[in-house]
Amino acid sequence: MNRLRRGEYQAFTGGDAHFLYLVPSAAVVRLDALSQAVLDSLAEGDRSPLELTDTLSPRWSADDVRGSIDELLGMRAIHSVAAPPPKPIAEKPKRRIPLQTLVLNVTSKCNLSCGYCYEYGEDKIVEASTKPRFMNETVAKQSVDFLFTEAGESPSVNLTFFGGETLLNFKMLQTALAYARERAEALGKVVNASLTTNATLLREGIVDWIVENDVGVTVSIDGAREQQDKFRTFANGMGSYDIIVPNIKMLLARHHRRPVGARVTLTGQNLDVTSIYKHLFHELGFWEVGFAPVTTTWQREYAIEDKGFQQMLGGFQALAKDFLDAALAGRRHGFSNVRDTLEEIHKGMSKAYPCGAGLGLMGVATDGDVALCHRFAGSDEHKLGSVSEGVDRAKQDGYLDRHHIAAKTDCATCWARPLCAGGCYHEAHTRYGSTAEPNLHYCEWIRAWTNTCLEVYGTLAERKPEYLAQFD
Amino acid sequence: MKHLKPINQKAQRIEATLQNDVVALQQGGAPGTGPHIPLGCSFVFSPGWEVDSNGGTSGLCQPVERDLFDCHITCFWPAQVPDLYNHAPDWTAKCASAQKDWRKIDLIFP
Repeated sequence: MNRLRRGEYQAFTGGDAHFLYLVPSAAVVRLDALSQAVLDSLAEGDRSPLELTDTLSPRWSADDVRGSIDELLGMRAIHSVAAPPPKPIAEKPKRRIPLQTLVLNVTSKCNLSCGYCYEYGEDKIVEASTKPRFMNETVAKQSVDFLFTEAGESPSVNLTFFGGETLLNFKMLQTALAYARERAEALGKVVNASLTTNATLLREGIVDWIVENDVGVTVSIDGAREQQDKFRTFANGMGSYDIIVPNIKMLLARHHRRPVGARVTLTGQNLDVTSIYKHLFHELGFWEVGFAPVTTTWQREYAIEDKGFQQMLGGFQALAKDFLDAALAGRRHGFSNVRDTLEEIHKGMSKAYPCGAGLGLMGVATDGDVALCHRFAGSDEHKLGSVSEGVDRAKQDGYLDRHHIAAKTDCATCWARPLCAGGCYHEAHTRYGSTAEPNLHYCEWIRAWTNTCLEVYGTLAERKPEYLAQFD
Repeated sequence: MKHLKPINQKAQRIEATLQNDVVALQQGGAPGTGPHIPLGCSFVFSPGWEVDSNGGTSGLCQPVERDLFDCHITCFWPAQVPDLYNHAPDWTAKCASAQKDWRKIDLIFP
């Protein structure tokens, strides 16, 4: 007999309506009462279409039930027990993905000595002293040429400066960006520039250059004075808050053409997401605030453990509620984590890889070696080539094979895999010693957070669909 | 769709593919729906429809009786098989193997 069974999906509600997040397609559909009743009935066990019609016929006509079954089958929310839908095949991208973003680690030196730093701290991958401390002009220009070559036909490219403390090599930023603009003009392309800084060295002259050149800025900052100075200190232990705040205020007062974002590292000791957000968005005036848990092995004192993940989730959920209220009221909200996820949900992204590292994004070390991303820049183990010699295609292909979501068997039954795809390679390398491992220590957290984002998405779809139109 | 409302872009794209109606090949597909990819038994090599080198059916790769199931489950064309949704969900229940048991398939009267 032709029995039907529920497919793979996450059911959620928003604005009193019922929705499905379908896996692996990442489609979102709103259910009517009948479709909900069909799924409820199948929750008790497999049923044939006839049994479903019989069960539901007092309320709905047989034609309607059949129509609903056909639509659920079409969207693969349900499937025939005898003929389940085929499993997606692990396929590498059919065409080579052009490089979109190149992150230049212009220096490996830093004037701060943050206790949790992944570059210098206890979990570092590269011994900084084995490489040049500053990127020179030749490597910077070769990097720009490499970016344009690898970008192929793309009309625009992103050049991002990173460190160390990026502004310690300000001279090279000027040289590299001027050269990139010159090459872009010759090639008829557009180059977008951005940088990340700890804001200690933001002076008038540097801000002049940032404003004149439309450079996007992300400031690494952990919150108010007490939160910032817990880990973000100078080598002598002095906190950096009082140094950076006047600089940030000056930057925010002068730089209006590109949004200036704050990027917060959460630790076991700094998890009060709501108060951090309040300070950075409302009091200092950042355009947006993004949060990320510290990357570390589990035994470090600043690592976030189970209770910490719960606390962080509670904070994220409270802030997501705040975000939703603002969106419904037509006010801008700067919690970028939820906004980014809403965009991915709206587009229906179903990721084969957790991020663009090694595909559309790569990182360059001070000596010109190209790695997966800026966090691996300089690591011989994660090298994909060099700006002078190009990308080693065999290495890149091997990387694509090993890191595909289909190779992560732990993720095979997780409904959140279209958005998570196993999580950050650097986090996995630090925790488990391999970039190919999924980050199993925060699965529960990711599922709970993704569900919260789905609920925000559903509520907006129901009550303020025009908000979502910005992602079209 | 009447019962499901596509909300995100991916759901809209899937819905668009589901709306392809049955069209004859010479019509060049339904207008504005992109490439039409025909499905069904007549587009795959299905030796059950043919005769073997001796003009009989015993030497075929697959038994001719398999045709019944080609029309029953996998074919999109409305073939002359019983209504398996409503009146005759069990019409092939006694037919475990089409080659051996095809005579046991129920006769269905509307």
